[in-house]
Amino acid sequence: MTSDTLVEISDLNFSYDARPILKGINMTMKRGQLIAIMGGSGSGKTTLLKLIGGEVIPSAGYVKFSDQVVHELDRDGLFEIRRKMGMLFQFGALFTDLSVFDNVAFQMREHTDLPESMIRDLVLMKLNAVGLRGAHHLMPAELSGGMARRVALARSIALDPMLMMFDEPFTGLDPISLSVIGSLIRRLTDTLGMTSIIVTHDVQESLSIVDYVYFVADGVIAAHGTPSEVRESVAPFVHQFVHGEVDGPVPFHYPAQSYPQDLNLEKTLV
Amino acid sequence: MFKQLASSISNIGSRAIDGIWRLGHAARFFLLVLLKSGTSFQRFGLVIRELYYVGVLSLIIIVVSGLFVGMVLGLQGYETLQKYGSESAVGTLVALSLVRELGPVVSALLFASRAGSAITAEIGLMKATEQLSAMGMMAVDPVSRVVAPRFWAGVISMPFLAAIFSVMGVFGGYLVTVMFIGVDVGSFWSQMQSNVDFRIDIINGFIKSCFFGVAVTAIAVFEGYDSPPTAEGVSGATTRTVVTSSLAILGLDFILTAFMFRGI
Ligand SMILES: Nc1ncnc2c1ncn2[C@@H]1O[C@H](COP(=O)(O)OP(=O)(O)OP(=O)(O)O)[C@@H](O)[C@H]1O
Ligand SMILES: [Mg+2]
Repeated sequence: MTSDTLVEISDLNFSYDARPILKGINMTMKRGQLIAIMGGSGSGKTTLLKLIGGEVIPSAGYVKFSDQVVHELDRDGLFEIRRKMGMLFQFGALFTDLSVFDNVAFQMREHTDLPESMIRDLVLMKLNAVGLRGAHHLMPAELSGGMARRVALARSIALDPMLMMFDEPFTGLDPISLSVIGSLIRRLTDTLGMTSIIVTHDVQESLSIVDYVYFVADGVIAAHGTPSEVRESVAPFVHQFVHGEVDGPVPFHYPAQSYPQDLNLEKTLV
Repeated sequence: MFKQLASSISNIGSRAIDGIWRLGHAARFFLLVLLKSGTSFQRFGLVIRELYYVGVLSLIIIVVSGLFVGMVLGLQGYETLQKYGSESAVGTLVALSLVRELGPVVSALLFASRAGSAITAEIGLMKATEQLSAMGMMAVDPVSRVVAPRFWAGVISMPFLAAIFSVMGVFGGYLVTVMFIGVDVGSFWSQMQSNVDFRIDIINGFIKSCFFGVAVTAIAVFEGYDSPPTAEGVSGATTRTVVTSSLAILGLDFILTAFMFRGI
């Protein structure tokens, strides 16, 4: 008997040193859902993914992954659930001492006893899905930024995980690869029945593929809803974000003292 | 004035505490690496791959330095011994200095700067580019998959490198004294053979190089794993590896020599 909910986040708080990053986040992610998390740069989206993967420990609240509280697991328990997760890191994080092929094959070799011939087929299939089958012999240093991210994507789905976390899968992609990768993520979610979380700034592309959207701002969920609700929304925050306006409730600047004060202009101005 | 004094004293204190804390941290990390070495031996291929990078690529510098150190020893030794008319003992002198001291110590110093720094930089960069986090997220422990194989590769290579260094040194001494200066070839080898003891000299030299191998690679993997994930962080860690392991080699050498040859 498995419940419908794969990831449950309840009243999650997290701070780096004394600086609160996340303040009371609540989310529910169902199996088979494709969820987008959006929010300004530095709003704590990557940190949220790290909390789900158990890489950092919350200061209050919890993340549950198939009914287990992630930060209460011991190391073996954590590794057990991580085998069911895939994570695309924001900066790719390919193993630079392994070729593209070996990067994608890495988890298959570590966690399965598949014969090498089958690994080869699987790897080429995964690479084909991201359009890089021909690049399997290259080293990561020989790839462009966008290619590296696509290889990282192929690597993260290598073992067909239950939960996929994509940290900005669309950055650095041209419009063609962008929509190919977008529909690939949608298709994988549907055919494998996995749950996918994409962190993204690409509002239009993600609204066209996801089932649900959360907006994170200032450490709290500022708004959430289905794509059509979001498009219709008149909430100033959502409107500003969806339409990319500069003026509105989302500040562009990292908190700081006033600009004239920083430039020591006070005396001349008074 | 008093405040300044107080603050500088508390500064010294906090530095000492930091240092000791780091030492404890390093010791725990060392134990962790030992505990997680199982994978390295079950999948020895991982260690063999690192043996190439750590050991084989250090061969050139070891061979060349060994040759030169041996040649200098031969020249200097001959100059001095000749004054006492015992130039046939030059073979013994060269071999004993190499096997007991210079082989293990100089090859370990070279190893620290050639391979130790490379290990630190590689692990540090893997950390800075999130490769270690990514591995952890794939449920593969970076300590057993990345750190332990490098550690064992270093530990295994060091005695071999020291032995090769000594052999090359003896050969260098032979070249200079027998081939160029013209010391009698028979007495060169026979004196060496009768005065170099297998247990006292060769085994003790071997033990030394094992200790040095453990010290250098343990420091190198710790500094890499512990380095701040930035460019300055990695470069600082690389420097610390070379400095700390050189000091560790010389300190350990004194202690080991005292135990081995003075019988304390
Ligand atoms: N290792 C760290 N130590 C201290 N603070 C950190 C650390 N990593 C991130 N932060 C801080 O946490 C906040 C959230 O960072 P996070 O990486 O989660 O942002 P993000 O939403 O993913 O941003 P972006 O869209 O730019 O990737 C930032 O303000 C950042 O300064
Ligand atoms: Mg981020």
